[in-house]
This record gives sequence, C-alpha cells and structure tokens, in this order.
Amino acid sequence: MTDLKTDKSLYATTAHSKRRSAAEKRFHRLGLAAILIGLCMLGILMTTIVTKGSGAFQQSFATLDIDLLEAKLDKTGNRDPEDLKKVTTFGYAPLIKAAVEQVVETHRIETGLKSKDMAAIISKSAAAQMRYRVLDDPSLIGTTAEFKFLTNSWIDGYLKGRVTRETIGNNKNVSVEQLDFVDRLVGLGIVEKSFNMQFIFGADASDQRPEDAGIGVAMVGSLAMMCVVLLLALPIGVAASVYLEEFAPKNRLTDIIAVNIANLAAVPSIVFGILGLAIFINTLHFPQSAPLVGGLVLTLMTLPTIIISTRAALEAVPPSIRSAALALGASKMQTTFHHVLPLAAPGILTGTILGLAQALGETAPLLLIGMIGYVATNMPETVTQGLLSPNSAMPAQIYEWAKRADPAFYERAWGGIIILLIFLITMNIIAVTLRRRFERRW
Amino acid sequence: MMIYPRPLLVKSGVAPVAVNLFSNCKTNQPGFRARNQVEKINIGFLMLAAGLAVLTTVGIVVSMLFETMNFFSMHSGRDFFFGLSWAPNFHGNSALSILPLLWGTLYISFVALLVAVPLGLFSAIYLSEYASSLTRSMAKPLLEVLAGIPTIVYGLFALVTFGPFLKDMFGPEGFFALGWMNDARSVATAGIVMGIMLIPFVSSLSDDIINAVPQSLRDGSFGLGATRSETIKHVVLPAALPGIVGAILLAASRAIGETMIVVLGAGAIARFTGNPLEALTTVTTRIVSQLTGDGDFNSPETLVAFALGLTLFVLTLGLNIFALYYVRKYREQYE
Amino acid sequence: MHSQSLKISARHVNVHYDKTHAIKDVSAEILSNSVTAFIGPSGCGKSTFLRCLNRMNDTIDSCQVTGDILLDGEDIYDPKVDPVQLRAKVGMVFQKPNPFPKSIYDNVAYGPRIHGLAQGKSDLDEIVKQALRRAAIWDEVKDRLSAPGTGLSGGQQQRICIARAIATAPAVLLMDEPCSALDPIATAQIEELIDELRQNYAVVIVTHSMHQAARISQKTAFFHMGTMVEFGDTEKIFTNPTDPRTESYITGRIG
Repeated sequence: MTDLKTDKSLYATTAHSKRRSAAEKRFHRLGLAAILIGLCMLGILMTTIVTKGSGAFQQSFATLDIDLLEAKLDKTGNRDPEDLKKVTTFGYAPLIKAAVEQVVETHRIETGLKSKDMAAIISKSAAAQMRYRVLDDPSLIGTTAEFKFLTNSWIDGYLKGRVTRETIGNNKNVSVEQLDFVDRLVGLGIVEKSFNMQFIFGADASDQRPEDAGIGVAMVGSLAMMCVVLLLALPIGVAASVYLEEFAPKNRLTDIIAVNIANLAAVPSIVFGILGLAIFINTLHFPQSAPLVGGLVLTLMTLPTIIISTRAALEAVPPSIRSAALALGASKMQTTFHHVLPLAAPGILTGTILGLAQALGETAPLLLIGMIGYVATNMPETVTQGLLSPNSAMPAQIYEWAKRADPAFYERAWGGIIILLIFLITMNIIAVTLRRRFERRW
Repeated sequence: MMIYPRPLLVKSGVAPVAVNLFSNCKTNQPGFRARNQVEKINIGFLMLAAGLAVLTTVGIVVSMLFETMNFFSMHSGRDFFFGLSWAPNFHGNSALSILPLLWGTLYISFVALLVAVPLGLFSAIYLSEYASSLTRSMAKPLLEVLAGIPTIVYGLFALVTFGPFLKDMFGPEGFFALGWMNDARSVATAGIVMGIMLIPFVSSLSDDIINAVPQSLRDGSFGLGATRSETIKHVVLPAALPGIVGAILLAASRAIGETMIVVLGAGAIARFTGNPLEALTTVTTRIVSQLTGDGDFNSPETLVAFALGLTLFVLTLGLNIFALYYVRKYREQYE
Repeated sequence: MHSQSLKISARHVNVHYDKTHAIKDVSAEILSNSVTAFIGPSGCGKSTFLRCLNRMNDTIDSCQVTGDILLDGEDIYDPKVDPVQLRAKVGMVFQKPNPFPKSIYDNVAYGPRIHGLAQGKSDLDEIVKQALRRAAIWDEVKDRLSAPGTGLSGGQQQRICIARAIATAPAVLLMDEPCSALDPIATAQIEELIDELRQNYAVVIVTHSMHQAARISQKTAFFHMGTMVEFGDTEKIFTNPTDPRTESYITGRIG
C-alpha cells in the first residue's frame, strides 16, 4: 500500500495544486469584494445625504427697506387692531413691489423685467411675514422698516447651483432675465445666503413655498411620541421581562408568550399602523394625526425589542446574586428589585435607547394614522396640545417632502434626513458608551 | 394595603414594599403575611405586562379579521384571491385582486435577496474566516450602520438618486441608449436599494451562525490539508446551512413587509411583468395608498387594505416561525 | 518490520504567541516506522510543538515560529512550501473526535477528493475502503457507509478521524491526545491501532498519560514549561531518566 504515498517534494507544484491555490485566492477576493461593496454603498449613501442635504441649512434672503404706507395698511388711521387685521396679505404685496422698484431706481439697474416679475423673486411668504410683524407692532406703520425676506425657491436654487440658466429652458416659474436681475442684487449685497434657522425650527409650508418649509414642528411631534414610547414601553417592557425571566413558571404558556414576543418583533411595522388605525382611531375614537396615538403605536412596535434586550440583560446577572439575596431572607420580589434589576439597568437602558432609535426612524405606521404631510403650521403651545393636536413626525415629514416631487423639497427632505441621522447617531453613541462603561464580565 | 402603581424604576418599586413590611408589624396576625399579599398583586401586574405582548398579537389579528370580514361581505372573495387585476374605482365595481400585488411584492423581494444574500453571506464569511481582528472590529460596525439607517432614507435614495441613475443608464436617452426604462421607479430600483438595506441583516445573522460552527471541524479540515475556501465550502457552510437558511427566511420576511422603499421606489402599477426595469406595485404600497386616500372608510376600496394587511401578517408570521424554528434547531445542534 | 529512517528533524524551534514564549529552543528527531510520544504537564508546550510539525499554528494570527523543521530534508517553513501540501503529508488527529457532519464515506473521501488523489469513483471507493481497514473500523461500518459520521460512538468516531487522516496517504501521523475523550475500552482499541499504524507511518502522539506513552511509544520526549527536558528511548526515560525533572514527573511529584 505504500504506493499510495505521495513521495513528491514539498516544493513541487502541480497543475492541481496551482488550481487549488488560485481557487483559494478567488474566494478570498470574493469575500473582500463583498465587504467593500457594502462599505462602498454606505459611503455613497452618506455622501449623497451630506451633499444633497447640506443645502437646506443655507437659504438666500433679500434685505429690503419697505415703506409701510399708512394709506395702504390703516386707512382709518386709528391703529385699531381689528381694522388692521382686515388688511389681508394682498394689501401688503404692492409694498414689496414698490420697494423693489425703489432698489432698481436708486442703483440704476437696467432690466427688461416688469416690476411684477422683479418682485416675484421674493418668496410668497413675504407678505405674510410683513403682516405679522405689523400686527405685532402697529407703530411701524408710516415708517420705513428693514425686512429680510426669503427669496423664492428657484432663485435660491440658482444661487446654490441647483438651478442653472440652461436647465430652466421653458420653465414658467423663473426666467433668465430674473436670474440676471438677481446677479445684480447679489453684487449689491441685497440678496445673500445665510444660515437657515427657519428650516430647523419652522413648520412645513404649502407646496407653493418650499423655501419657507422647516422641520421644527415635526421634530416636536417626534419628541412627543418618543416621550410616550419611553413612558410606556420602558416600564411595561421591564415588567414583562422581569415576569418572564424571574417569576414565570417554565411551562407551555410562558413558552408561547416568549415565542410570540420573538415573532412580534419581526412583524412588519405597517401592520402595527393598521392595528393603530383600527383600534385607537376607529374603535376608541382617539384624534387622528395625534402624536399620542403615534406614540402608542410605536410603543406596541418597540415593546418586543425592549423585552428581548431586557431579558438578555437579566439573564446575564449571575444566579449567585439571587441566591445570596434569597439566603438573607429577601423575598423573590425584593431580590429582583433590590439586586437583579439595578445590576441589569445598563443593559436595559442600552436596549431601550436602541428601541427608541428604531421607533424614531419609523415611517410607515405613522402614515396610516394620519401623521402625514402638511398638518401642523405652528409649534404646539402646551403639553396637551403637543400630544393631541395634529402633527407630523420627522420621517413622515421627509416622506411628505419626497412626495411633492420638487427639487427644492428634495433638498429639504435630505436636510431633514441629516437632522434625523444626527438624532439617531447621538442615541447610538449614548447606547454604546453606556454598554462600554457599565459592561460587567462575571 | 398599598399597591405601587408600576415597578417603573428600581427605586420607586422598593419604597412601598418597605412601607408594607412595617405595617406588617402592626397587623401581626398569625397566618397573615402582608409581604406576600403585596407581592401577589405585584406579580399580577407583571403578568399583565407580559400578557400585553400576546394581547397585541390578538389585537392585530382580531382588528384585521373584523374589517376583513367586513370587506368580504362587500366584495367577492374569489376576485380577491383569484382575480387577475387590481383597479380600485371609487365609483364602485372595482377589481381588487391580491395576485398582481403579491407578484410585485415577491418579485421585488427576490431582487432584494439576490443582492443581499451573496453580499451579506460573503461579507460574513470574510469577516469570520479571513479578516484580521482589527479589520473585523472596524468593518462589522460600519456595515451594521446600514441596518440602523431608517427606511425612509433608502426610499428617498431610491426615488431621487438610484432610480434616476438607472434611468440614465437604461432609459431612452440613457448612457446605453437602450430605451428599456421609462420610469425611474422600477422593480430594480426598489429591489436593489432594499437589498443594500438587508446586507447587514444577512451578514450579522450569518456571522453569528458561522461562528457557532465548532473550531474543531475547521481544524479537522485544515489538518487534512484543505485550504480555507475548501474548508468553508465543504465543511463550514454545510454545517451552518440550516442556520443560514433561517437567516435568509428572516431577511425575506423583512423584504416582504418593507414599506417605505417600495412606496417611493417601486411605482404604483399593478400588473404581471417580468421586466425588472418596469414599475410594479406591492401589497404594502397598496395598503398605504388605500388607507391614506380620501375614500369612504366603509367602502371595499378602503377595507381591502385590511385584507391585504392580514395576508401580509400571515405571510411574514409564517416565514418567521419557520425561520426561528430552523435557527433554534441549528443552535441546539452545537450546544 | 521496515527499517527506520529519519523523517522529521526539528532544530532550535522557538514559538511566540504575542508576548508569551511558548516553545524555547526545542530540537528533536522523529523516525519513520516508530511511535514518538510527547509527555508533560498541561501547558508545557507539547501540543504547540506538535502543531508546528504540520504548520497548524499558521491558522493562529499571533503565532510566530522560528528555527528549522525538516521533513525528508526539506524545510517545511520555506516560503515556497504550501502548507496545504504539507498537511497532506503530515496528517493530524485531534483530541476530540471531530467527524464532519457528512456521511462516513464522505468523511474519509474528503482528503482524497480535495487533493485529487483518486482517478474516478472506483479508485476513490478503494482508497476509502483501505483507509477504513487500516483504521480497524471497516468491519463495523462497511454496511452503513452513507450513515452520518456523527452518529457513531466516540471510539468509532475517532477511528473514522484516523481513517480520514490516513486516506490522504500521509508519511507522518500527528495525534493530539487522541484518547482523552474516550472510555478505557475505546482507548485500548485506539492504542492497539496506533501500534499497527507504526508499520506504515511515523506516528507522533501527545499524551497526558505516562502509561499510554510507555505502552505504545518507542521514543519519548518530556516537555516542561516550553523546553524539551529529555528525549530518548521510551524504556530509558521511564526506567532511568537523566534529568531530575523527568524523574519527578514520572514518579508523580510534579504535573
């Protein structure tokens, strides 16, 4: 049988061994390629978000001196607030036109534009902005006041490079003459870009005024929902886990509950939206679009995640701790709440934060309970309002902007994503830090 | 007797128990143990909390079942299950069949898995068998970031970036001037982006499973002169196969239930098409559109969403139970 | 009995893991057609040294081997040597029986298949049959070759693993405590088998049991704290050791 032995030298390579080492190299490269493709996708995604979204944090403004003519704004001259309110935004619009004409005259700008088209570079929100300020401070009437107006989204897009002379071709919203005019105004320092607070703290705007839209109110909606989730999901989740891990008899029923929870964690989120619609809104008649309902739906959705991580944290506490407490005469309940839970707390918090992060980014169930789109124009003023009056949430607001199919709104959607991701990254960093700092090895 | 409301935080749970311990001294009756009484009630509360999870499941099933029955009282079940077209019409007389929607759902999920399974599996293999511990500690969390990004982000990416990119390649005025693609929204748009989202899902699960294969099997194979790739292909993967199948099933259930990516990236046309560059629609997309429209709530056009939801629930639940069973079975094998 | 010749010669071998110096300047010569036993207390480096002989330590990143190990006069750590080819010539059997989750046949056929040793199905069948015969398990499994290898008893599994190693036609067989997971009856069977294997292979066995070493080996090396304290004829080591540490160990005072 010695003939079977391969008495070749170790240094000898054969066609077979070459083929094998080539196959090995190929396989190795395949694995490396898979990782690189995955990481590359992450890179592309992040670059897209940052390059497309950072524009939302800058906005073009036009600074104009407006003559607030008494003849237009307060015909009676008595500054009676009731009378002032009767003047609608249509009463204010001509003042902007006049101010723009004034600029053209003083700076001798040559343009073929009609004054209506010159004033059109200012956002449609300008008249309302003036009206609010005048109603707030009627003494301004009759004086000349400086206003910083948003420019409309096409002009803003032009100054950010999103809109160019070539791409506007047959566009009815903006003309090449207007762009020339804006170039002059930029040269004069009348139109300039600056940081956009309105985007971070403002409310959504109608689809006529993308330049005016902000994510602030939706952010408050998200915040309200997260409070509901935290206040409900954490205690219920911990209670359920404590029961299952420490008290429940090991029988079929407990087993079914555990399997049920594991499966619930993988139910598509939209199904929770249907549940919320059917139970909270149609059966219990909770208000539509309310962050409270959104919070309840997200609580049900997050609960399985929190229970699973809490059980893991409880399981990691060694039985010797329990035996020690029980041996000292503590009841099982006391043992659990005095000794086991405090030791498991970091793990529970980590799981809860990750569950919250998941809930914060969730969109689909919110659409079904009406937390969608242009529903809130103002910041809620009280906690009850915050919970019960219609509002949107950050991801739902982003979806709404994506749906409007306007490049100016896309920019805001990407900007909204940047803010959402900042929240998520912060939450994840907190969770990881918690885990690192309090991780115990028994 | 005092019942504390919820064992919310550790501290608030402790104090009332202590108070009750003192009151025990006053009552001091033989056979009466205040601590035990209080704890019975506490356990009751804990059980209630655990039961809520089951209650949620029951709530999902009952609420959807109720409205689904409502739907079937207005619309023929035969059309829903066996019809071939989806054409809701708010004047009534709609064709509301699930089949074209299921086709879209399954087709897009298939494309997503076609992307996610090879990339995820090879990533997992590389990370667990080839990568140095430094590479692993960097690449693994980075890859998992993909799983933490909200689906709306992927949806927007599909709609605004990836879809138009595909159209620039395969559209009528595209790079290849092929004219294969007329809309940026398509099966490929949604499917590929969803696949990217699922990469870390497949890779983390597979990584866990591959790591559970005992080192002694690898040693045995190396000891016989097998290369790493031969060991992986002939020993590690066959041993890990049941677990990996479970992971893929879980990923499939994720893909089927995914909503935002398909809402934004897949389109709204219900039909049977095999062309991945054409728009299709899915079960989840239709649920959103039927329930966010302005239609009368008690019309079959709205109620059909519940029937779709119930189908989706049954489908994903079935896949999950099957997958968890598979994974569990696998784990037991090497414990 | 075949004549004995020098099979492996190791000179000044040192092994480092990160900061630990696991093997300190070990030299040894392994003869063909004989059984060499490595004995010593746990953690003395005997397994580490064994794993150097077929470069199994390559699979551990932090492991550094220096010195020369020659197999039939060729340096196995030469950059030109493919460890894969080496391991086909130097087979290995592990502490715990580790059959692959495949059929008995596929387990034994695994090595010949990857190395391309068989010319067709009947040739492969013959190799598997011979390997199982040599591992003294043919009679027990010949009727259920397609049954999973994991379903056998521990002793049978270990003999399947030996058959699996033999099937690649190695010149040397390394055995890392092959009986430590087995009951006494299975151990006796394996020991008997090792004695037979000596006719065709150079066998190197790491063992915990001094009695086992005394029973089956012709040469014995005693390891202590990373050094090879004494290496010589088994009979001499057990009856008349030169080093006091060896004596302490075999009389049970250390280890």
